Amino acid sequence: MDFNDTPDEAAFRAEARTFLQANAEPKSRARPVLRLGDLGGDAVAQCKAWQAKKADAGFAAISWPKRFGGREASPILQVIYHQEEENYAVPRGLFEIGLGMCIPTMMTYAQPEQLDRYVRPALRGEEVWCQLFSEPAGGSDLAALRTRAERDGDDWVINGQKIWTSGAHLSDFGIIVVRTDPNVPKHAGLSFFFLDMRSPGIEIRPIHQMSGASHFNEVFFTDVRVPDAQRLGAVGQGWQVSLTTLMNERLAVGEVHRPDVEDLLELARALMLSGNGAVRERIADWYARTQGLKFTRFRTMTALSRGQTPGPENSIHKLVNASKLQDIASYGLDLMGMAGLVMDDDLAEAYAMFQQALLSSPSARIAGGSDEILRNIIAERVLGLPADIRVDKDRPFSQVPTGRR
Amino acid sequence: MNFDFSDDLKQLRDQARRFLAEQSPPKVVRQVLEGGEPYAVALWQAMAEMGWLGAAIPEQYGGAGLGYEGLCVLAEELGRAVAPVPFASSAYLAAEALLLAGSDAQKRRLLPKLADGSAVGCFALAEGTGNPDPAHVSVRATGGRLTGSKWPVMDGDIAGFAVVVARDDGGETALFLADLAADGVSRRKLTTVDPSRDHARIDFAGAAAERLGARTGWPLVQRLLERAAILVAFEQVGGAQAALEMARDYALERYAFGRPIGSFQAIKHKLADVYVAIELARSNAYYGAWALSADAAELPLAAATARVSATEAFHLAAKENIQTHGGIGFTWDVDCHLYYRRSKQLALALGSAPWWKHRLVELLEMRNAA
Repeated sequence: MDFNDTPDEAAFRAEARTFLQANAEPKSRARPVLRLGDLGGDAVAQCKAWQAKKADAGFAAISWPKRFGGREASPILQVIYHQEEENYAVPRGLFEIGLGMCIPTMMTYAQPEQLDRYVRPALRGEEVWCQLFSEPAGGSDLAALRTRAERDGDDWVINGQKIWTSGAHLSDFGIIVVRTDPNVPKHAGLSFFFLDMRSPGIEIRPIHQMSGASHFNEVFFTDVRVPDAQRLGAVGQGWQVSLTTLMNERLAVGEVHRPDVEDLLELARALMLSGNGAVRERIADWYARTQGLKFTRFRTMTALSRGQTPGPENSIHKLVNASKLQDIASYGLDLMGMAGLVMDDDLAEAYAMFQQALLSSPSARIAGGSDEILRNIIAERVLGLPADIRVDKDRPFSQVPTGRR
Repeated sequence: MNFDFSDDLKQLRDQARRFLAEQSPPKVVRQVLEGGEPYAVALWQAMAEMGWLGAAIPEQYGGAGLGYEGLCVLAEELGRAVAPVPFASSAYLAAEALLLAGSDAQKRRLLPKLADGSAVGCFALAEGTGNPDPAHVSVRATGGRLTGSKWPVMDGDIAGFAVVVARDDGGETALFLADLAADGVSRRKLTTVDPSRDHARIDFAGAAAERLGARTGWPLVQRLLERAAILVAFEQVGGAQAALEMARDYALERYAFGRPIGSFQAIKHKLADVYVAIELARSNAYYGAWALSADAAELPLAAATARVSATEAFHLAAKENIQTHGGIGFTWDVDCHLYYRRSKQLALALGSAPWWKHRLVELLEMRNAA
């Protein structure tokens, strides 16, 4: 065992470091850079400027084919780049979905001339993409979605509602899965399109989250026309196309969540509580989990480095991290005692990082596959346990029972 | 990045797994558990013949020179098989104590015997209730004679010699070698929660003792515990994995309410959580394997982390295996209790989880202060 890069990997890492040193500010440990919140005006411009710089230097699409501006390099180099970028305070959060999910789906299903039109502007950050999947009636059960598309000449006409769409209000284009036939079982009646987010009939409303921020939107469709030429995959094949999108969910790259166990240790020290036996045991547990994930990632990197493809076992990262974040945040407030509820920047410990995480972390356990769905994935696809018995599987969608919500 | 065992070691693992499936099936574990023999003697001899007992002992001392990664691979498989043999005592603790602290003459005299199985060693630290602590060491080695009691001593009733933690003439903690067949040594086999592994109380009444090397001080004991903890973590991961697989297999074949119980989310999510705990523990154990084989400065923290993770994972896997089985899992005839017993035995040997957690945070603080 060793932790060394191969010569190719080392050369690439050096190249990435050189680029980052010349173009970005190193992160400071003391005050964490939180994820860009509302991505208002200036932040969007910063994200776009950084993305263009990154794309021009060849770091934006490392594993993509060369004809789309990529390097056709092993995914291990992508991971290495992320590791290096993680040390720098770069504006992020606007292109992950477009480049990680939407454009790879386009690459599989769109026509060559469409790819010529859309891929490079997306890569350089000139055009932003969003993914319109979840609906009020279709979250974990995505295939229960109800937004309808009906054929009308060369167009399809979309009516319905999507929800939890990250960045819809900032997006130029979107990919969408809709129901084109309610009279067949649910998975068989779906079709997939890409569309212009400025099409007439689209209304975007931000969702006011419990944390106070607004990262997500509701998107309403009223007689929105989409040309049939923008269909991805055959009519009725929308579920299969959706699975392609979801499989492209980016590899766990060791995103740093704050507060982490080191922040907790520092907090305990600052509050003179680090000698407390109960506190020490909790810190040790979280440290062991943190390290366990870190070295699980190293095992994944080893597999990638040998050209293997990581499988469903990768679900472990978000499953462990999300709860750990919520628990560390909550425990941090407990350590502060009665003052734990205070968020004023001048009074709160650790810049109110624990309080902010308390309020934002519930979403981490839901978004991008809830804890429950991830456990199902591990149970079914890693351990080989049977899938749930489905009462809706073979019935026409229009006859499937629904609740009031 | 090469954070995996080599192909050669994976081959060794496959061989070991096949061998142990044949030579250490539950029937053999039960033979020891039910008092038929103190340990699986035939299995032990076969392990000696394959060179496992001296896996990490250098060739110059009669070992196989497979290195620590090789020893880790074997530990995982022995854990998976819940093997009823004194491997941890002899190969991790006694051999490591000799390698760490012994004089060249002592190494030459004892390591070849440990490697070929003609001697079994054990490590006598505990003196009743409590976790490893120099303040708990009251056995004295005065003028080359040991006085006092050690219990529980893993494999103390099987071993031919013990490495004993005792106070020397100056009151310092040090390691001593004691021939357990000598005058002044009496042993009593103890009843424990895991009778598939031998434990004893050893009373020394002026028994002859030979100082192991020249070093003194608690850090030596600490170091020995850390090295053993990494190897035991592999045993724990192996045992946890076997318990998970047993639960999974049962959940697939047992039907209730007209369907396999493994199709219920109550079971699926439980076993997914067990899987997660094991993978975290496995990854931490791998890091420990690296630290052992590289003799890295990170070893103490890596060991504490591997220990904390692996103890949690095996306990969780073993208890949820019983729970997945339901009532049948609580019977003597079904093998669930073999893992449940072993998970607690391994969790307590070398010190219990709270002690390792405190040690882990202490090491973190030392690292952060540096």
